[in-house]
Amino acid sequence: MMQFMLLFSRQGKLRLQKWYVAHPDKLKKKITRELITTILARKPKMSSFLEWKDVKVVYKRYASLYFCCAIEQNDNELLTLEIIHRYVELLDKYFGSVCELDIIFNFEKAYFILDELLVGGEIQETSKKNVLKAIAAQDLLQEEETPQGFFEDHGLG
Amino acid sequence: MASIKQAFNEAVERVRMPAPTRLRDLIRQIRAARTAAEERTVVNKECAYIRSTFREEDSVWRCRNIAKLLYIHMLGYPAHFGQLECLKLIASPRFTDKRIGYLGAMLLLDERQDVHLLITNCLKNDLNSSTQFVIGLALCTLGAIASPEMARDLASEVERLMKSPNAYIRKKAALCAFRIIRRVPELMEMFLPATRSLITEKNHGVLITGVTLITEMCENSVDTLNHFKKIVPNLVRILKNLILAGYSPEHDVSGVSDPFLQVKILRLLRILGRNDVDASEAMNDILAQVATNTETSKNVGNTILYETVLSIMDIKSESGLRVLAVNILGRFLLNNDKNIRYVALNTLLKTVYVDTSAVQRHRSTILECLKDPDVSIRRRAMELSFALVNTNNIRNMMKELLLFLERADPEFKAQCSSNIVMSAERFAPNKRWHLETLFKVLVAAGNYVRDDVVACTIQLISETQPQQNYAVSALWHALEKDTSDKQPLAQVATWCIGEYGDLLLYSPPSEDVETPINLTEDEVIDVYQRLLWSPQNTVVTKQYTLLSLTKLSTRFQKGHEKIRQIIDTFGSNLHIELQQRGIEFSQLFRKYDHLRPALLERMPPMETARPQANGIIGMVNGEPEPEEEKSTVQEPTTTTSDSSALLDLLGTTDVGVTMSATTTSNKNASGSTAVTHNNDLLDLLGSLDLNTPTSAVTPTLPLQPQASSAPMFSPTNTSNFLVDGLLSTSSVQNELPSMVVLDKSGLKITFNLERLPDIPDLLVINMLAQNSGSTVLTDFLFQAAVPRTFQLQMLSPSGTVIPPCGQVTQVLKVTNMNRAVLRMRLRISYTGPAGPVLEQTEVNNFPASTSQ
Repeated sequence: MMQFMLLFSRQGKLRLQKWYVAHPDKLKKKITRELITTILARKPKMSSFLEWKDVKVVYKRYASLYFCCAIEQNDNELLTLEIIHRYVELLDKYFGSVCELDIIFNFEKAYFILDELLVGGEIQETSKKNVLKAIAAQDLLQEEETPQGFFEDHGLG
Repeated sequence: MASIKQAFNEAVERVRMPAPTRLRDLIRQIRAARTAAEERTVVNKECAYIRSTFREEDSVWRCRNIAKLLYIHMLGYPAHFGQLECLKLIASPRFTDKRIGYLGAMLLLDERQDVHLLITNCLKNDLNSSTQFVIGLALCTLGAIASPEMARDLASEVERLMKSPNAYIRKKAALCAFRIIRRVPELMEMFLPATRSLITEKNHGVLITGVTLITEMCENSVDTLNHFKKIVPNLVRILKNLILAGYSPEHDVSGVSDPFLQVKILRLLRILGRNDVDASEAMNDILAQVATNTETSKNVGNTILYETVLSIMDIKSESGLRVLAVNILGRFLLNNDKNIRYVALNTLLKTVYVDTSAVQRHRSTILECLKDPDVSIRRRAMELSFALVNTNNIRNMMKELLLFLERADPEFKAQCSSNIVMSAERFAPNKRWHLETLFKVLVAAGNYVRDDVVACTIQLISETQPQQNYAVSALWHALEKDTSDKQPLAQVATWCIGEYGDLLLYSPPSEDVETPINLTEDEVIDVYQRLLWSPQNTVVTKQYTLLSLTKLSTRFQKGHEKIRQIIDTFGSNLHIELQQRGIEFSQLFRKYDHLRPALLERMPPMETARPQANGIIGMVNGEPEPEEEKSTVQEPTTTTSDSSALLDLLGTTDVGVTMSATTTSNKNASGSTAVTHNNDLLDLLGSLDLNTPTSAVTPTLPLQPQASSAPMFSPTNTSNFLVDGLLSTSSVQNELPSMVVLDKSGLKITFNLERLPDIPDLLVINMLAQNSGSTVLTDFLFQAAVPRTFQLQMLSPSGTVIPPCGQVTQVLKVTNMNRAVLRMRLRISYTGPAGPVLEQTEVNNFPASTSQ
């Protein structure tokens, strides 16, 4: 089971955090800080895996963003790389060649997409099409209930 | 109608209140901040505004405000005040509100919050919603933040949804069930019926979540594991269909059909097949098929192969299949992708103890990985290499590992050098090779060598007499070079040269040892001077060096005077240990010059118990110990000087043992049989070197330089009084009468006898020597001998000097196994006002109670 997923930039700025284990806020911050520092200090020729405390950390860099997952001892680290890649593909399809700014300004969408891929730290859908379909349907639901034309700055803006 | 009214009301609201900053505008503002302080100002202002809207119960913009708060939260600012607002959003009928509300709940709530109770109610409502996406949101939230209480409260709802006709709901409910079982294992039972039907589905989402759920259940309880054994054929069929089915764009990942599902099924098969021959048999073919048919050009294929290998290794698979698995890992080791090399090494490390021979075949590839640019790969390769070392490959493996050690990062050196030493000890083909390896380690790892390596190298040199000639010259060559970054090497080298310096300079050249040509004593002393004065050398190294130099004074033929001068300078050294050593040793050149040769005698071979080493050499090699081993055992008892060295070594701590050892040597030498104990005892005392009052002190130095506080030169040593106190308090009730054994010319010696209640065989004699004269008695030495049926142990005396009206104590422990009548012969020597005095006496009036 995946314990958490973090997205952060090369500058060490957190862009997304998804926790599947219950930790107090303070501990979450500590873990995040430590991991970001450790991973940013690693050289490109090193492997994507990190034995860190009692978890295995799998990370991969896509452009300026690091995707980092903590998994348990008997999870498959190579598969985790595939899950990260699948998520990136989904973001890419949804935003149309995604970049860091898309994720900054639409972070809630990034969360929604992740929630259609994983539930409780386990993969729930292996078809890209189904994930995007579900997201599109929910976006439509949101649009329908927004009274268009009243005020153009409605919703999240 | 109602919605029109609502829209109208909202429009009125909006006119009344200015619209708050939009989310994207806030993000822009924050990103525009040039300093952290500026960012804080923006955030604090916005937070204050958001708080105020929360207070005013502004429901129109709540969604937007929470979204902004979530962004602020991600930046690391506190956002707990949004928790209740999230719940209000969840309770709203609008989907947009719910979506953001649940997102906020997942991010802001943690388990300790009381709001958990409230959210449980919200979840319960939404789990019964008619919109699938609302149910989906609730399930997703439950899956992420389920606490044990929530799990209990909502388990039945989840169980109902697992049977929903809608696949979108079913898959999410299955994963919720998985999380609920994780949190509260005893809730598992209720999900069992609904779980079974999940794996009969066509939908991959439902299938994969179903397999995940079953995996968790099987790991949870043995009964469930047995219950699910019957689905092995189903799983095998699903896997087969995945492999054989043609291209399906929906689930294809670079030519592999749904790798996510394949991996999950392989893992479940592994759990079901573990320790089960029948189940393993049933999955044997499909595992072989997956292992051979998977496309390996991409990471996906290797992911599946990796999981397959793990399964093959874990179940009771056929041997052919296991070989196939190890070969896959061997191919992994050659892969360009460092991640794949890493998992291969990791997996091999797990299997190396089960399937050593299969892993051995990939030895050269593994050794190649020692040169990998990735640290973690190098570390794994190193661990694996050490696991592969055996008698047959030790020479080659060590060559590679020593090369690795030379170039390794500092973090590796300590572990690697200790491991090399251990492997060498276990598998060394001969002593010479063993020594060479140890020396190479000392050179390559420098200061990173752990202390135990120094001790065990010295020990090996000491016990391997035929190689001492080689050792001393090899170490001399090493010592000649700069050793400031190789302190352990310097320590071993100085110890060795100190012990065997004569071999270095004056031994006849032999063909296999590269003796230094025309080496003079002065050259050696020059190197020692460099070592002693270099600030880079540690105090421990200097202590080794100083002692070694002192020893050289008796090994060398001419350099004695120069050595004395060097040692004298240490009498004023700033470091207290070195100063003390300097003063002590310079005494050896003056007042105790006559003792020096005997004191600095070569140490007898140290034979530590190495049961593991000998045992394994005996078993693995199957060859007898080299003959050199035996000769060293015989050697110490042949000459008298050696037996006195033995006394040096064991000295005051365990004279009982010494006695018996010398008795045998005595017997061997004279061939006399024990007729009368009295004579024997006298012989015995006579054969001991009585001129060694400080015997125990010096020889222990090379091993533990710090621990040597010499009783001879520290009259204030009170350790024995402490021991006395301890002993007497523990045996008050067994006090026996005291007896005066000697009272002559101002010296009175009294025995206070004690019996310890729990050890009836042991008699403790507290010897008390009192000086009633008016002058100081120096060089006081008390010696005792008992018949052979007894064992005598003498602890060290409290001192060797008795001032007027002063005293010296010493504890003697006599073990009387045969309950015989105790007799004791004493020999007391001291220097009084009229010169040296020697007293001898026999004590045979011990109270009868001592022998019962």
